[in-house]
Amino acid sequence: MFDFLDGYDLLGAFWVTVQLTVYSALGSLIWGTLLAGMKVSPVPLMRGFATGYINVVRNIPLTVIIMFSSLGLYSTLAVSLGATDITGINFRLAVLALSAYTAAFVCEALRSGINTVPVGQAEAARALGLSFTQVLRLIILPQAFRAVVNPLSNVLIALTKNTTVASAIGVAEASYLMKKMIENEAQLLLISAVFAFGFIVLTLPTGLILGWVSKKVAVKR
Amino acid sequence: MTSVLYDAQGPRAKRRNILYTVLFVLGAAAVVWWVYDGLASKHQLDWIKWKPFFTSSQPWETYIWPGLQNTLKAAFFALIIALPLGALFGIGRLSDHRWMRAPSGAVVEFFRAIPVLILMLIANQAYFEYTSLDPDTRLLYAVITGLVLYNASVLAEIVRAGILTLPSGQTDAAKAIGMRKGQTMVFVLLPQAVTAMLPAIVSQVVVIVKDTALGGAVLSFPELLASVRPMAANYGANTIACFTIIAVIYLAVNFALTSFASWLEQRLRRAKKSTGAVVGTGPGGDLETIGAPSLRIDDGHAV
Repeated sequence: MFDFLDGYDLLGAFWVTVQLTVYSALGSLIWGTLLAGMKVSPVPLMRGFATGYINVVRNIPLTVIIMFSSLGLYSTLAVSLGATDITGINFRLAVLALSAYTAAFVCEALRSGINTVPVGQAEAARALGLSFTQVLRLIILPQAFRAVVNPLSNVLIALTKNTTVASAIGVAEASYLMKKMIENEAQLLLISAVFAFGFIVLTLPTGLILGWVSKKVAVKR
Repeated sequence: MTSVLYDAQGPRAKRRNILYTVLFVLGAAAVVWWVYDGLASKHQLDWIKWKPFFTSSQPWETYIWPGLQNTLKAAFFALIIALPLGALFGIGRLSDHRWMRAPSGAVVEFFRAIPVLILMLIANQAYFEYTSLDPDTRLLYAVITGLVLYNASVLAEIVRAGILTLPSGQTDAAKAIGMRKGQTMVFVLLPQAVTAMLPAIVSQVVVIVKDTALGGAVLSFPELLASVRPMAANYGANTIACFTIIAVIYLAVNFALTSFASWLEQRLRRAKKSTGAVVGTGPGGDLETIGAPSLRIDDGHAV
């Protein structure tokens, strides 16, 4: 029944999806946290930059950003991010684009987390004489992160699904393989079911586990 | 503007902020210069690459306007089909009957878990194998089908959240005057829920508009993004210029929608007649919503 899978590297394709997700999640977490820091900082210019970045990135389709990273950055400007072969270049460009896009959503989630921290915490910290960076690093962000596990898991799930867009620039992840398979094999329903199942396996546990974690680490108030 | 995170600034803090601003500007200027240098050395900033967009109407008439029309057409049909479907499944999930609740929930969770891109690919292939649609219509149908399946399930969650924000007294009062369950839903709950849901629905439209670009990239549906390749080929490899123009158009359309959504949200929050509960417009809250009885749909806004 599943002999249509012969000759296709299904696990390999999903492994690329997982890799894309993990690297982009790390990239967007770092960049998103920096953006959130800028967004609440006392320097008006940085606040403006973060606001502008979020508004612009959130309103442009991810597909446009990913296509741009390939056609614009690589083909036109020869930005290769240090990779030498085309597979590596496309993979890194996809990670860059996904991180840049997802960071806007990470930043928004984090900022809503910062809002859940009671005002008194920041006031107490300031009363102790902590500077802005210290307040943010020692008091606010640790509590904010614990409050936003749930929204961040939603961002992570969306990111997992968004990695499929990388197939538009030839990254051989799951949807890339699926497109090839449904064109070559006369097994539309079975192939669709396999890939749908694959994505459910990737996203459902993420939601459940992080949902459990979010209850576990939530600050009881 | 002051914040709880830092004190009102004294002379030293002000000096320090100026220093940070200067450093930030220098850093930003370095990045901008690096980008400018890269662009200029590849001749992407030459006037000849940008000229077609400003001096002639040909690229607009041949590529951009038809592309934008296709984008808006797909988004519009996806929305008007997904809305009633979403309402149906959202209400289904709130049903008292298990046989209705369970399948509605299963359908919603299933289509939310699968990438839109994959739904579009499946729809396209299914139309190709089982119908005799001509290729142009087929691509449009495939894009709309993919968008509907995903967005109906998201809208179902929005509808459910909207109805759940209503105080239970509304249902009790409807029961007390002898309304049946269907009547309560149609005459009491839905009209109030719709106002609470409007901002979330409007910002879901942004998601739909953005997702149409998938049709261009993967199915070669001739929408806005798909017009980049023929334009760049036609006007002498002006890829950067084409992408800039396309991105600005997407930005303008979606920014208008986002602004409208947040304007609507604030207006509804202030409105005296509503319960003041508004289903929020996506991940990330705003300072002013703390404490308000709002319910957020954190969908991660997909693509």
